[in-house]
Amino acid sequence: MADAFVDLDRVTLRYGMGDTLALDETSIKIARGEFIAVVGPSGCGKSTLLKLVSGLVRPSSGNVLVDNKEVDGPLKIVGMAFQNPTLLPWRTTLKNILLPLEIVEPHRKNFRKNKDMYIQRAKDLLATVGLSGFEDKFPWQLSGGMQQRASLCRSLIHEPDLLMLDEPFGALDAFTREELWAILQELWTKRPFTVILVTHDLREAAYLADTIYVMSKRPGQVVEMRRNTLPRPRTLETTFTEEYTTLVHELREHISAVRAA
Amino acid sequence: MTPTFRKSVPWLTSIGLFVVWELGCLLLQVPEYILPRPSASIMAGWEFRDAIWMHAVQTLYTTVVGFGIAVVFGVLLGVFVGSSKAIYDALNPLLIGFNAVPKVAVVPVLVMWFGIGTVPAVLTAFLISFFPIVVNVATGLATLEPELRDVLRSLGAKRRDILFKVGFPRSLPFFFASLKVAITLAFVGSVMAETVASNAGVGYLMMSASSRFQMPLVFAGLLVIAAMGIIMYELFSVIERRSTQWAHRGQQGA
Repeated sequence: MADAFVDLDRVTLRYGMGDTLALDETSIKIARGEFIAVVGPSGCGKSTLLKLVSGLVRPSSGNVLVDNKEVDGPLKIVGMAFQNPTLLPWRTTLKNILLPLEIVEPHRKNFRKNKDMYIQRAKDLLATVGLSGFEDKFPWQLSGGMQQRASLCRSLIHEPDLLMLDEPFGALDAFTREELWAILQELWTKRPFTVILVTHDLREAAYLADTIYVMSKRPGQVVEMRRNTLPRPRTLETTFTEEYTTLVHELREHISAVRAA
Repeated sequence: MTPTFRKSVPWLTSIGLFVVWELGCLLLQVPEYILPRPSASIMAGWEFRDAIWMHAVQTLYTTVVGFGIAVVFGVLLGVFVGSSKAIYDALNPLLIGFNAVPKVAVVPVLVMWFGIGTVPAVLTAFLISFFPIVVNVATGLATLEPELRDVLRSLGAKRRDILFKVGFPRSLPFFFASLKVAITLAFVGSVMAETVASNAGVGYLMMSASSRFQMPLVFAGLLVIAAMGIIMYELFSVIERRSTQWAHRGQQGA
């Protein structure tokens, strides 16, 4: 894959004085518009991977390339969402979602001038995730699932090329989680962007991703890469097919193996 | 508990304290020059109302001015200290050391520099009350969630953006909480300075009354200070609730 959009080439990261090896010679190539998932036992450096790609952390050795350029500082084409929705409690849902536009160029410059347009864009985005009518509610007036939807909107409002998701649905109940998988898939189908999803939910990885990477215990290394050929769009029905269950099962066996190692 | 009852509870406990105090003094026959009854203190307060008013206004003035300087200085220093871990580590021991020095020990120094009068009282009020403001503002800025910082940094936010978009709004509740503490401390500071080095203010009034063995008037002074403290504290509570409603939400939502 010569035209990789994100290219991690034998990346190693040591924390602190070099005692803690978080990632060891990890190589991952992601094509433009590809949806990848990284699964692995806790503490295997999955989140570190996201920080490396987004430029928040520099590798100790190896290269991180995004769009054929070496990452040497925080990237500006990135959207991020975490397990904790981290919405600002003093802003309404709408204003929370507008936050990236107040910071990212060129929107920042035009924010006042095009405010109505941006508000409309935010409202449309909220509508796609089923949050119409909640624009003026404060985050603490929303349920956990709704907050996570809003957080997803905030990560996408500036139309980033690269979306980083760090266990975004980890704290939600099973039904809400499945609902959000469908919403995320829909958003991604509408306007394809590259996604790196870090999760420990294998069913989630199998539902959403094109490619699934299994990582080993610390120090993290990719031990297995699986192409996921399940047809799109995937639905709740997909999760009951044999192909799906087999995939989840095989992933589970890999995880058991790396946990035992 | 009905709302009316809940509202009247603080009044009932205050009145209860005065009743116990009054009856205790009567039953145990405590002499007035040791502990005057509250009724005697209040009567003394009424009798000397003109003098008390004048001195109370002076105390309020020095307190509010000292507190005002503390707010400005405390916010600036708090922002400075809270803006970086390195500055926080560098200044923290100094601040703690400074706060540990009893301010009554500083008053003679201030008198040497500025003479007896309003200035040492204002400065003592300032010195004693800026510390909680600095600590709270710095804490509010320094305890930003790392995920939120990552979100903003990955958008290309500058230090200043993070400060204005998140840091300041986020530390507002900390700031207002510190104002309530600071204003009561400012009263302690100004009254303390007045008792040592002034010829005006409630502190001075109490000193001169005690030197004339007018214990009811001394206690009247104490009651006036307490009342002013409560009023200012409540005032800042109201401002706090109004301006940072989001931090005082009830149990609604999830």
